[in-house]
Amino acid sequence: MDLLETKNITKRYANHVALDDVSIKVPEQSIFGLLGPNGAGKTTLIRIINMISIPDVGEVLLHGEKLHKNLVERIGYLPEERGLYKKMKVGEQALYLAQLKGLSYSDAMKKLKFWFDRFELLGWWNRKVEELSKGMQQKIQFIVTVLHEPKLLIFDEPFSGFDPINASLIKEEILRLRDNGATILFSTHNMASVEELCDHIALINKSKKILEGKVSEIKYSYKTNVYQVEIAGYNKLLKDTLNHDFEVVAETHDEEVLKAQIKILNNKSTNELIQALMPYGNIHAVQEVIPTMNDIFIAKVNSDTPHLNSISNNLTE
Amino acid sequence: MKKTLIIIKREYLSRVKKRSFIVMTILGPLLMAALMIVPYYIAKLDKEVKVIEVLDETGIYNNLGSNQTIKFNYINTDLETAIANFDESKSSALLYIPQPNLLEPTKAIIYYSDKQPGNTVTSYIEDKMKYIYENKKLIELYGIDKQKIDEAKVDITINSENIKTGEKNLPLATTLIGVFAGFLIYFSIFMYGNQVMRGVIEEKTSRIVEIIVSSVKPFQLLLGKIVGIALVGLTQFLLWIVLTLSIVTVFQLTVGHKDVVKTEQTQFTQQSNTLFPENTDTKPAQNSDNEMIQSVFQSIGNYNFTLIIASFFFFFLFGYLLYAALFAAIGSAVDNEADTQQFMLPITIPLILAFILAQPIIENPQGPIAFWFSIIPLTSPIVMMIRIPFGVPVLELILSMGILVLGFLACTWLAAKIYRTGILMYGKKISYRELWKWLKY
Repeated sequence: MDLLETKNITKRYANHVALDDVSIKVPEQSIFGLLGPNGAGKTTLIRIINMISIPDVGEVLLHGEKLHKNLVERIGYLPEERGLYKKMKVGEQALYLAQLKGLSYSDAMKKLKFWFDRFELLGWWNRKVEELSKGMQQKIQFIVTVLHEPKLLIFDEPFSGFDPINASLIKEEILRLRDNGATILFSTHNMASVEELCDHIALINKSKKILEGKVSEIKYSYKTNVYQVEIAGYNKLLKDTLNHDFEVVAETHDEEVLKAQIKILNNKSTNELIQALMPYGNIHAVQEVIPTMNDIFIAKVNSDTPHLNSISNNLTE
Repeated sequence: MKKTLIIIKREYLSRVKKRSFIVMTILGPLLMAALMIVPYYIAKLDKEVKVIEVLDETGIYNNLGSNQTIKFNYINTDLETAIANFDESKSSALLYIPQPNLLEPTKAIIYYSDKQPGNTVTSYIEDKMKYIYENKKLIELYGIDKQKIDEAKVDITINSENIKTGEKNLPLATTLIGVFAGFLIYFSIFMYGNQVMRGVIEEKTSRIVEIIVSSVKPFQLLLGKIVGIALVGLTQFLLWIVLTLSIVTVFQLTVGHKDVVKTEQTQFTQQSNTLFPENTDTKPAQNSDNEMIQSVFQSIGNYNFTLIIASFFFFFLFGYLLYAALFAAIGSAVDNEADTQQFMLPITIPLILAFILAQPIIENPQGPIAFWFSIIPLTSPIVMMIRIPFGVPVLELILSMGILVLGFLACTWLAAKIYRTGILMYGKKISYRELWKWLKY
């Protein structure tokens, strides 16, 4: 069952189209990554899902129900340019925001103490927000977003501004929240985090969705039948000697080991590749090269941007 | 509703707890009380009698009189001896009037050692000398005694009394009360309105609003902020009134009420004498001056302060509410404080206009200008406060109040429409045309 669905969302501003017929489906209890280059329309989509702006065409469904103001309360939202009242004390501020989300004072207090303890922020309770580092402010913002245990969590660029330690802390929390039943939608440029976290992704480029699906399936569909092989004690090089069912994409070697990337052609199997390689020496490794999300992102965005291609072509010419 | 209360509470507490608020709240009444009490001490300090030695070579000025603070000691030596003996004499100054050339005694010099004689002293001496010399001239040239001229002088003061209650009101006191109340409203609308605007800009630029509007309606946030800050304003005024009254009361209990009023009167007289020295020429004029000041203090009791203070709170509250909504709308339309300028003009113009109009309104508090500008809700809070001490027909007051409330509702309705759209919009320069479009959404 899909928790969140956007149907044919189109949003126009005076001079440009911010979103063009974008539909995504976010399955329940999954982590959904919204990817795309800068200015693609990710934040616009997130703002529409939060009912901060209104689409010109299309609708947003939550649990199959058309989104309205009261349903938005079930969403926890962390905006990209996050802010807090700078002059207010950390604890007071977290309490205030939690109470606005509908928590009672004592509930809010109990939960905040738990989270502050977890993020090692208890000592900062009575400090003013402006005295905190950016990373700490973001942790507080994160706490406030998840505190009322919303079913759907939306994070706009949750990792920007975090050091690696805190980024992995947040990653762990996101995974834990998913395991506890929450559905998470986040936008990012950070492809490593996509690999680690996302079950599903959608790629938006120039206001249009150009790719959506399960991460494992997307990667599978983008693999190119290329294998990384390592042969020790090789007697000759692969290039020009391997039979024509296989194409040597790249080859490097030192005195002992030969490494190469080989593409299997003509529907041959991996076993046939291994057979073909055996005469060359001791096979140490044969591993299929699965494209990273980073590769897919770049390939997809570039192929979707003929303008950019033509520029780079012109440059090479 | 519960969430609006939470917002009001935050807006209120976060401001009341600020150091600047506490300082202003304590400093305000201290200044006010100081205005009432300090003159008493100054007058007390002034009671030290100054003895001035007079060395008169002309022989005309042998009776310069004396008053509470100035005494004259006439000596009969030459200037050099007088200067040489000055330190021993313990006098505070030496007045030297040299022999006139061609009977023009325009010159007189005051020598002093440590403290320069104040304006009060010099103007007192000038007036006396003028009087004596004028008198001499009148007798010698025209054979008229100046006293006779003084006797012929008449002084007419018009007192205004309420025909029904017989209360005496003086234009001066009435004007002071009205202008003071009007100015306080003008000032506080700007001050608290600006606080609303800055609060809105803070929430917008830091995107706090995007988190908050997922749990409350933008209108609740707007309402919470405006009401919270209104309560801050009311708290401040209440504390000012209570603190000022208690300081003055404590002072009166320890020193005695009449004493204070009396010294204030003398202080007043002295000040006006310095400002208008011609008044001291004649005894009758001085008497009427005193009478006037006395009646100012008497007439203070004649004002209906309950009405004035009650209307002050009403006009402050609704005037503020009306303008605060507009200030909030401006705050929501811009991305930073620098951009507010272009939209501030339409708001500041009626406020400043109301204040400029104070002059013609005081001159004719029941005239058409006074009437119409105290009905128009954008100017009525200030203009009405200026008029109230002069007495305003009850019906007019009710009409003005009613229209102000309606104006507040209309402004808030319009402002909420702009606010709703503007607060979530960013990265866009907003023009008046854009605002107009938002109004029609």
